[in-house]
Amino acid sequence: MGAIFRREVSSYFISPIGYIFLAGFYCCTGVIFSQNSLQYGSTKLDAVFADLILVLIVLIPILTMKTISEEKKQKTDQCLLTSPVSLGGIVAGKFLASFLIYTLGVAITFVYAVVVSAYAKPDWNVIMGNIVGLLLLGAAYIAVGIFCSSLTENQIVAAVISFFAMVGLYLLSTLGNLIPVEFITKVFNSLCFWNRYYDFTLGLFNLSNVLFFISAAVAFLFLTVRVLEKRRWS
Amino acid sequence: MIEVSNLSKHYGDKKAVDNISFKAEDGEILGFLGPNGAGKSTTMNILTGYISATSGKALINGIDILENPIKAKRELGYLPELPPLYMDMTVKEYLNFVYDLKKCKLPRNSHLKDICSLVKIEHVYKRVIKNLSKGYKQRVGLAQALIGNPKVLILDEPTVGLDPKQIIEIRTLIKKLGKNRTVILSSHILSEVQAVCDKIVVINEGKVVADDTEDNLSRKLINEHLLTARIEGKTEAVEPLIKSIKGVIKVEVGSEREKGVWEYRIEAKEGVDIRRELFKRMAERNMPILDLRASELSLEDIFLKLTMGEALPQLTGKDDDNDDDNEDTAKD
Repeated sequence: MGAIFRREVSSYFISPIGYIFLAGFYCCTGVIFSQNSLQYGSTKLDAVFADLILVLIVLIPILTMKTISEEKKQKTDQCLLTSPVSLGGIVAGKFLASFLIYTLGVAITFVYAVVVSAYAKPDWNVIMGNIVGLLLLGAAYIAVGIFCSSLTENQIVAAVISFFAMVGLYLLSTLGNLIPVEFITKVFNSLCFWNRYYDFTLGLFNLSNVLFFISAAVAFLFLTVRVLEKRRWS
Repeated sequence: MIEVSNLSKHYGDKKAVDNISFKAEDGEILGFLGPNGAGKSTTMNILTGYISATSGKALINGIDILENPIKAKRELGYLPELPPLYMDMTVKEYLNFVYDLKKCKLPRNSHLKDICSLVKIEHVYKRVIKNLSKGYKQRVGLAQALIGNPKVLILDEPTVGLDPKQIIEIRTLIKKLGKNRTVILSSHILSEVQAVCDKIVVINEGKVVADDTEDNLSRKLINEHLLTARIEGKTEAVEPLIKSIKGVIKVEVGSEREKGVWEYRIEAKEGVDIRRELFKRMAERNMPILDLRASELSLEDIFLKLTMGEALPQLTGKDDDNDDDNEDTAKD
């Protein structure tokens, strides 16, 4: 797992993808921060964090699109799958590498908080809760992206599928409200990534939301392992 | 040691590998011979744990690859048909990555150095893999298979796409490696397998058609009763003359190779050598033989011969410059 993690991290910076992701992330968050906080002279960052979910939906597919699809296309998966490493180890290594790059992106939000604190004392508890929420949301979305990448050999297809999957998970409650069956509406609402994440931006640190995102990440990584497993059997 | 018993792999209705069994002992180089699509790569992919088998057993040094994959994979090094190289890495980075991936315990620097000098890639050690030539990529692929000194080496068409000099080098290297390891090598080139391997398993359409030592198999495949000759003179005169030789079963007239020189494919009874008689008769009539050789078996002929037992292979009636596989078989 360690070897795969290190290779993946370095590959993000050998290819332009790591730079594109980080530049895109810093640029988008910068615009959102200046529009929502600086221009209004507000120390509250909740609106910034709320908008960031849209940035993730666009940028995380770029981060995860090649994780598994490219291995399959270049046949380098033969090197991984015939080495003494478990499938879980391979997927975990890739996930942690993407998560590390993502964390480097999220770190900028801390800088914004520091900038704001120069003007007035911000509510650090809320900001830290927001950052944790953003990391958890990102972890779940990265797992979704890696899962989508395992479904195809084409990076672009992987990115497109991930994008729609992420939009779907974001809009799940909206979709649920359109269905006039109470049970389904309830299930959709409780699985909706936006509903779960929105609580964090309000300053609510709800343990069930924390567990939800962790479970979602684990579930999608597990599905990825199953896809790889299935490919060996088909 | 590798032991395969009753191994099958089905893709839907298609049987890619159909109930094959064979064994390779320590210090033995086993050649896996078959045309493209025979099931060689599939078998190798099963042996290395890349894909699973539908049924059957594959033991690597006594460890079942399907039941205990991680332990079994520690024992083997694999060079797939297409070397699994990360094009964006340098050779050094890549080999270090594989070293970590295999959780190798040998001293890193000296081990990697030994391997690089063995496959002669020291001078490209710091270059990016995508800029290397096909031959060097193949060597880097071989180097990654050798990391960790695995007891079992599985090499899928290791010389494909290399130039003749590189082919000889890689073959020599494989022979050297095979002295204290079990090596399985696949190829669609008969002469390659004959040159390198102690034992040959011939596979066609997913089935083993022959499993024998190199000597025995070569003896079975000797083909002196099938001749190809180029003779100057009118075909109307030459053909009946050849037919009149005792032991000749069939004569086929091929194309005109040079002006007035025609090619003939001659089939005699098995065990009858008609070459001297042919020479004598043609010389008497002043019809010079410009070229005379025993027909080399194409892979198709080999399968025919092996699957049909003692029956004679048919004259294929193909031109010399036939498809690539035959060309390789004949000239390599």
